[in-house]
Formats: sequence, C-alpha cells, structure tokens
Amino acid sequence: MTIKRSTWALPYMVFLILFVALPLVMITVYAFTDPGGGGISLKNFVKFANTAEDMHTFVYSIEIALITTVLCLLLGYPAAWILSRSDLNRSSVTVILFILPMWINMLVRTLATVALFDFLKLPLGEGALLFGMVYNFLPFMIYPIYNTLSKMDGSYVEAAQDLGAPPSKVFTKVVLPLSMPGVWSGVLMVFMPTISTFAVAELLTLNKVKLFGTTIQENINNGFWNYGSALALIMLVLIGITTMLTGEDNAREDETGGVI
Amino acid sequence: MADKDIIIKLEHLSKRYEGKEVLHDINLYIRKGEFLTLLGPSGCGKSTTLRLIAGFLQPDEGRVLLSGKDMTGIPPYRRPLNTVFQRYALFPHLDVYDNVAFGLKLQGLPEDKIDAKVRKALKMVTLTDYEDRDVESLSGGQQQRVAIARAIVNQPKVLLLDEPLAALDRKMRADMQIELRDMHKKLGITFIYVTHDQEEALTLSDTIVVMDEGRIQQIGTPADIYNEPVNSFVANFIGESNIFNGTMVKDRLVSFIGHDFPCVDSGFGEQTPVDVVVRPEDVVVDKDPSAGQFSGKVTSCIFKGVHYEMLLDTDSGNEIMIQNYLAFEPGTTVGMSIPPDGIQVMKKERLRNTFEGEISSPETVDFLGATFNVGHTPFEPGTKVRVEVEFSGVNLLDDLEAGELEGEVHSILYKGDHYHLTVCTPDGDKIYVDTDDVWDKGDLVGIEIAPKDIKIKEADDD
Amino acid sequence: MRKLLAQSYLWLLLLILYSPIVIIAIFSFTEAKVMGNWSGLSFGLYSNLFNGQVSGALVRAIENTLSIGVLAALLSTILGSIAAVGIFNLKGWKKKSITFLNDIPMLNPDIITGISLFILFVAVGARQGYVTVLLAHVSFCTPYVVLSVMPKLRQMNPNTYEAALDLGATPSQALRKVIFPQIWPGVISGFILAFTLSIDDFAVTLFTKGNQGLETLSTYIYADARKGGLTPELRPLMTIIFLTVLLLLVIINIRNSRLTKRNK
Repeated sequence: MTIKRSTWALPYMVFLILFVALPLVMITVYAFTDPGGGGISLKNFVKFANTAEDMHTFVYSIEIALITTVLCLLLGYPAAWILSRSDLNRSSVTVILFILPMWINMLVRTLATVALFDFLKLPLGEGALLFGMVYNFLPFMIYPIYNTLSKMDGSYVEAAQDLGAPPSKVFTKVVLPLSMPGVWSGVLMVFMPTISTFAVAELLTLNKVKLFGTTIQENINNGFWNYGSALALIMLVLIGITTMLTGEDNAREDETGGVI
Repeated sequence: MADKDIIIKLEHLSKRYEGKEVLHDINLYIRKGEFLTLLGPSGCGKSTTLRLIAGFLQPDEGRVLLSGKDMTGIPPYRRPLNTVFQRYALFPHLDVYDNVAFGLKLQGLPEDKIDAKVRKALKMVTLTDYEDRDVESLSGGQQQRVAIARAIVNQPKVLLLDEPLAALDRKMRADMQIELRDMHKKLGITFIYVTHDQEEALTLSDTIVVMDEGRIQQIGTPADIYNEPVNSFVANFIGESNIFNGTMVKDRLVSFIGHDFPCVDSGFGEQTPVDVVVRPEDVVVDKDPSAGQFSGKVTSCIFKGVHYEMLLDTDSGNEIMIQNYLAFEPGTTVGMSIPPDGIQVMKKERLRNTFEGEISSPETVDFLGATFNVGHTPFEPGTKVRVEVEFSGVNLLDDLEAGELEGEVHSILYKGDHYHLTVCTPDGDKIYVDTDDVWDKGDLVGIEIAPKDIKIKEADDD
Repeated sequence: MRKLLAQSYLWLLLLILYSPIVIIAIFSFTEAKVMGNWSGLSFGLYSNLFNGQVSGALVRAIENTLSIGVLAALLSTILGSIAAVGIFNLKGWKKKSITFLNDIPMLNPDIITGISLFILFVAVGARQGYVTVLLAHVSFCTPYVVLSVMPKLRQMNPNTYEAALDLGATPSQALRKVIFPQIWPGVISGFILAFTLSIDDFAVTLFTKGNQGLETLSTYIYADARKGGLTPELRPLMTIIFLTVLLLLVIINIRNSRLTKRNK
C-alpha cells in the first residue's frame, strides 16, 4: 500500500559503502600490495620496521601524544571541576569561552601559537610544539569532563558527606570515579587528533621536528601510496586500540551531544 | 436485526504478529449510534481490533465492513472514521486551532467554513478562546479535549477512542467520562471505545465486548456482563467476585463450599462440575452464626467509603469476600446465606489439560515440546495420542531447570481454597494448574508432571 | 577565598587560551613585519588583503570554501535527513550495521579519512578537484546530520503520523505536514553543523583537492604559512575568521537557548 520508510536508508547505505567502507578497504588493499610487483605482500610493513627514522618518528609521536594528553588532563580536570561547581563558578559565559576555541580552525589556532612565540621572542621547537598541542586540544579535554561533572547528581556528594566522608574522600571516592567516563572520552578526544596531526608540528617547529602524521603525508604526496597506506593502517590500528580501551560509546555521546 | 442499522461488521478477523496469533476469529457487529466498549487486560487484542477498524493494520484473515462496504485495502485516510489516540498524538508544531483544522484543510474546505466548524468543535469540548495556544502548553485534560475536537470536527461516522483517559488522573477521568457520555448523546455518532478499566466500561457503554487472549469472551450490556458473566474470566475481570469450584447437583441446586444452595440455573445436567460466581455484595450476613446457610469467621474488615469489605473463613475452610454496610470485627463468627439469584453458575471451560502428543519411546511421550517419562505405555512409538493431565497433577517449581519445561505465570484466579493458574510455555501453549502455593503473575516457573498424572488416550480422529 | 583561587585559575587558563588570538588581532592593525614590533596604527594589511596581488587567489579560496560549505551542507542535510528517517524505521542487524558505518567518519581521524578517499579516487581514476572535495565533505558531514535528526525522530510521538492518516492525509501529505515540521529543528542544526565542519576542514580537503590549483581558505593559509611562516597578511585574515566564527557561535547559542525556552 505505501512504501516502507525503512527503504529510505538505502541511498545513504550505498553512499556509506562507497565513500566510507570502500576507501578503508582500499587502504588495506594498498597496504598489503607490493609496490613493485603488485602481488600481496608484507613488504610495506617490513620496510617500516627497517626504516629507523620512521620507527623513531612513530615512537616519538606516541610520546608527544601521551605527554599532551597527560598535560591536558592535569590542566583541564581542575578547570572542568571548577566550571561545574555552582558555588565556584556561576557564569555560563566562562563555560562558553572554554568551548568556543573548539570551533576555530586548528591551523588558525596553531598559527596563533606561532604568533605568541614570535611576540614573546621565544624560539620555535619542541617547547612550542607541546605548548601548541596543549593549547589546541585543552578544550577537547575540558568539555567532556565538564559535561559528566555537571550532569552528576549532587545528592551523591551529599550522601557521601552525610555518611561522614571528608571533602578529600568525597572527591577521590565519589566525584572522581563518577567522572571517569568523561575523563576517558576527553583522553580519546585529545589523544586521537594529537597522534594524527601533521600540519601542526611543521608550523610550530619550522620543520625541525617530524611527527608520524607528517611522515604519512609526505609518503602519499611523493607517490609512495602503498607504503603510505601501510603507515596509515598502522595508525588506524593504534587508534582502534585506543578507542576500544577508552570505550567508544562515551566518546560518541560527547562528541555529538550538543557541542553547539 | 436490520442490516441498515449496522454500521460496522467484523467478519472472522484474525491477526498474527511474528507467528503469534493476537486475534482469533473475531465476529462482531456494531449498531449505528451505539457506544460500544472493547474491554480486556493488556495484550487481549482490543487495541489490535481498533487498529484493524481504523485501517492502520490489515487483517491476516477476515474483513471489516463499514456500512456494508468491504474496507479491505482501503487506507486509513480514505475511511470515514476518526481516532482519538491514547497519548493524544497532537501535532506539536501546530497550535490548537490548526490541530483541529488539520482534517478540514486537507478536505480543501473554504476558510470561513473551516473557521465555523473549528469554533463549534472547540465550543463542544469547552475550549473556546484556546485557539492560539501551543498544544504543549495545555494540561493533559485540555490536550485530551483538543484530540477529541480534532476527531469530531470531521463529522466521522464512527469515532474510535483508544484508551483516551488512561493518561489522566482519577478526578479528571471521572469528569471526562461524564463529558464523553454527553458528547455521545449530542453527536449521535457511533463510539468504539477501548479500555482496560472495567469501571469506565460499565459507566459509559451501551454494549461491552469483553476480550481475552485474542478472543471475544462475552458481548452484552453492562448489566448483563456484571450480573451474568459467562465464564470465570469475565466474572473475575468485571468487579469483585468469589469464584468457587462447584457441582450442579440437579436443576436449580448447586453444591459448593461444602453446602447445597438453591439457584436459578438449569440445564447443566446432574452432578456436573461447574464454576460458581458469587458477588461480594450478594452475600447476606447475620450476627447469629446459626441463622444462614453457612457460617464463617471474619479475618479482616476494611472500610471502603460506602461499605465494609470483609474476608471470612467459612466452616468448610474456604475464603469468601463479602461487602456490607455493617462492620463485623475480625474474630466474630457470623451466619451467611446467598439468595438464589446471587449465584451465577457457569459451565467449566475445561475440566483438565488436554494436549496433542506423540509416543517417542516405550517409556516416554512427547508433548508441549518436551519429553515426559510415563513408565510404560501400551502404544507403539510414533503413535499420535491425546494426553490428559489433571489441573492438580501439574507441579510448579521455583527452579526453572528442575522441571521438564519452563513457563511463565499468565493469570491467577483464587477459588476460595486454592489458586487456578494459567501458565504459558515458551512456545505459547497454555497449561492450567490448581495449586495451594502462592505465585505472582509473571513468575517464571519450572513445570513438572509426575508419570502417574499423565493419562494417555488414543488421539481423536478429527 | 577558595572561590577567588578557582576563578583566578580559570581566568589564567582563558588568558593563555586567548592571548595568541588577541595578539594577532592587535597586530593586524600595524604593518610591522615581525610580531611584537609596533610600527603605528594602520589598516594597510586589511586593504592589502583585498586589493593587493594576494587578493585574487584569496578571494577564490574564500569563494570555494563558502560554496563547498553550502553545497556539502545542503547535500549531506538532504541525504542525512532522509537516511535518518530510514534508519529510525530499521531494526536488527540492518540498523546496527548502518549505525556502525555511520560512526566511522566521526571516529576516524581526518588524515585517515583524507588518505582513504585519496586512494579511492586514485584507484578509480577520478580527476581530483572540486567534485572530489565536495564528495569527501559530504561523507564526513552526513553522519553528524543523521545524529542531529535522530533525536527529533525519537522524541516524536509515533502516533502523530497515524493521526494525520486518520484525519485524511495521504502518506506523503502526512510526511510533509506532520513528520517534517517536527524534525525540522534537527535538520537545521544538522545543516549548520555540516556547514561549520566543512568550512573548518583542512586535512581531508588537502588530500582530495588534487593538483589543479583548487584551494580553500584552510589550504590557502597552510600553503602561505609553509612558504613564509606567519606572513603579515595572514594576521587580518585570521582576525576576520575568528570574528566570523565568534559571530556564528553567538547566533547558534542564542537560537538554542530560545528553542529550549520555548520548549519549556
């Protein structure tokens, strides 16, 4: 009698298969293809293991991403906690001010860091890189933590106080454990982009320091598509593992949950 | 019955969902201008019936006739019926006026006509001056009125109401019942009303159709249904009642709770097992324990506003509920009698469980999708047989794994000295059980049947 | 006292977060080559931006950014809204698998999305340019549209569709007059979100823009900054971008708070 409205998902399904699933399959196929002969091989991965410079970049990128994530967490958690407390911060303007930079182009923010270092006559390099990373991604840590903390039922805290917990215990035994989902999605939202950026490091270190993203980009740009795909696949696996460890559901909720 | 008086006729309607039959061979006619209520517990098929009439669902078998015309294949928007939905289903993006005008605008009526009709409909539901209000700013009762106005403004031949008062509070519900009754009189159109609230059904309807498990149990006026329930389900569902196992000794004499009572029923034969229903208000009480037909000791007494509701243990060890304007203290022994017209005798729907089965080995028989040990059978393996199990032969166990199969308690009937349960198996089969143990509706139980309680008969040919 | 401490911590962080942008904005009004040297108030950089030699390429980049943004937002809003209705009515493994695929572009880092699409376009021999960038943008914007329309469908009373049929609307009328108006706010948010994501994108565009000279604002800034670090003419440009985003967000926030107020 009438068309079933579930068929309306069909065009998008086709689109997703063509432009989301297929490209990922292609990357995998390219990664396992011998650039010389065209057959299936592990040559690209062997090349990666044997290229000391790329291996070093890979490890170094993970280090930078971890340091950035930890710094963001240390700086961001207290900020999120203060923002969520009505007795310490009553203004919603401050909250918006913290979230707003998320919506500014990352290149613009990176160049702004360059401008700050120029202005302060500080040299660009590793220090600038770490500052720029934290500067870029701090809002992504604050936002999800703030979200979980402000949604938390205040009666938990009151119940803990009522049961005789001093403020420090209330925090470590109640507030912190309950805010862990926000912490995990914050970690994911900071770690993932820091491990995969490529332009940021170039601009902040005047090409002195190279990150893994840049390695991938250079290989693709220079026509080493198979090797580049293999490197991209390695990054994808790394990110997949991180996502699984931190729990993807949390990330999704916060990434999409009314950022604007 | 002249055919032109009949507006809706349901013929052999059946509906299945995912293999489960939710409606079984429904036959019903509805007269023009009638207020008819489909009454039953949730899942009885009443809403499905309504949706089949409205056209939101298509029957698997049978048909709906509207004024003699077959409605099969006619989509809901071409049926001259309108529905008041359970949760109102008002359009949140339109104001009160535009909600009510929705159907008229689709018909393409001129602006001034629409305006006149909408205002008239809103006046009818006493919502004049609410035209510009946002529907979400209205109270539940007001939203309900808008939903009614939206439906009646199109002057449907039949108004379908799907539990329209379920979401309102008690006081509001009582007010709306009166208004609905008045509206029905004023409009003169047919109302088909779905509810699970027996009180509502008794108050509003010209005719009540009691449904259970996808079947019509009884059709009648509110008084018929209340005074003459045809089976224990109807008796239990409508009003408070005492239901006992009894025996029809002979015409106009029935024996239950250990005594013989004169009654008005006849035609059951002699020494026939029957169900006996006694309404609590029909039991006559006397302070003198020796005054009545039987005596009992009061165990509890609660004031219910107009009358007292008391539970008593009778001299034969049955429990009986009575209502009276006088209170009797717990512990007192009183005499009771039941006048003949206060006793409703009903044929038992079944005397025991009967299943189709198959002999699977010399010692076992398969039925209900499980294998039961019977010790020894004279039948050859592979023979189709009829298996009979007495209600009291089924044991229910707390441990789901312990029995031959598991089930869920579907309904409970208290029969004065024991409970009569209906237990559903995972395959949807029903087992009827008599037990002294207390179970709750929805309990998951293990089902066990001892070999001695399984009677195997030759399968009927039909 | 605790409050003072807390507030000063917040404002210190905000100071660090905003100082780079504020410094750029201030120094966009002077023509000094090096940041930190103030050579007098001047609007020279602003007039250079739109009159100098850079203008042609820059204006084209801005045009591309906006036209790709509008088109990508439009296409993904149409595709995503229709898909959301479909997905909402799906059940079981079909729903799970399409939801899973829908999640991938949101979880994937930009660089992976960019490279995988680049490889796809290379493999099928497509000439990369405006169309490939547009397709790429639609692919990462649509999931967000689906996610902003979905809640509206869930909030909807499912009986309203039947109520419309009951009152004489054909299925397509019911869709137009009842379903669509109810999910409209979600569609609008989806469009705005898609537009913002598209104009903000850098990585995916970089990999799919080909080498025919197509630039968007981000890739233009990137190319420019790579050549000479933070060149003076980028300062007014970034100031403008920042103010535009600020304005957009203010508008969105006002609209949102008005919507929540109305819903109450």
